[in-house]
Amino acid sequence: MSDFKIAQRETSSVNVLELKGYLDAHTAPKLEEAFQDLLKTNRTKIVVNCKDLSYISSAGLGVFMAFIEDVRNKSGDIKLTNMSKKVYNVFDLLGFPLLYEIFKDESEAVRKFSDRSPLDNDRK
Amino acid sequence: MNAIQSIVVKKQTLKIESKTDRLVAVRDFVSQAAYASGFNDEEVSKIALAVDEACTNVIKHAYHYDPKKQITITVTANNGEFEVSIVDNGKQFDPKRIKQPDMKEYLSSYRRGGLGVYLMKSLMDKVEYDIEPGKRNQVRLVKHIPR
Repeated sequence: MSDFKIAQRETSSVNVLELKGYLDAHTAPKLEEAFQDLLKTNRTKIVVNCKDLSYISSAGLGVFMAFIEDVRNKSGDIKLTNMSKKVYNVFDLLGFPLLYEIFKDESEAVRKFSDRSPLDNDRK
Repeated sequence: MNAIQSIVVKKQTLKIESKTDRLVAVRDFVSQAAYASGFNDEEVSKIALAVDEACTNVIKHAYHYDPKKQITITVTANNGEFEVSIVDNGKQFDPKRIKQPDMKEYLSSYRRGGLGVYLMKSLMDKVEYDIEPGKRNQVRLVKHIPR
C-alpha cells in the first residue's frame, strides 16, 4: 500500500497541510478531500509543507491544479514549501513554479500571506 | 581459440491487477531493475515516475478502474538500452491523438489531467506505442543505460 498522510494545523490564520509519503493516483483523493474541506469553510490561505513528501506523480500535481483557481477566486492562495530536490524537479519539469509560489521554509510562506503581494516571487 | 562473445539480455516481468494501490509495487519493481542496470538515484526516480504514469493511464483510461483486468510490465536491459514495456488488453487508444500540451498555455488555463504523457516523454529517451486494435496496447519506455 502507498503510504501517504496529511497533518493539518493552523498558524497565524494560515492553514498548513503537512504531506508525508507518496502522492500518486492512489493517494491523491486524500489531498483532494483535504482541499475540499478547507474550501467549504472558506479557509483559503493554504501552505502545503512538503518536507516529508517523498514522491509525487501527475495525479498529485493535478490536485493542485484542480483547486488553485477556486482558492484564488476566494482571495486565497496555495503556497508550497520545504520541497526535496526530487519533488521540486517534477514541479519544475511541468513549469509549476510559474503558477505557484514555492518557498524554502514554511515560515516565509506564512509571512507572505500578511504581505498582500501574492504575485511577488521568492522561489526556490 | 576464438573468444566467444555472449550478449546478456536481462528480462524481468511483473503482472499486476489494474488497481492504483499496486502502483507502489510497480515503482519498486522498476526501480530495482534500473539500479541493477547502473542508473543513479535521479535517473531511477525518473524511470519509476514515467512507468507510474503509464500504468496510471492504463488503469484510468484503458480499464476504467476495473480491478479484474491485468497489466504486464516487462523490463529488458539489452544492448545499452533499458526498456520498460507496459501491456494491457483494454480500450484501444490512438497515440496520434495525444498532443503535447504547451505548458504555459496549460498552466494559464488551470486545466487538470493530461500531464502523464507529457511527463513520460520528458523523463524518458523514447516513448513508443504498439497498438493492435481491440486486442492489445503496448507502450515502450526506453532510456539509454549509462556507460
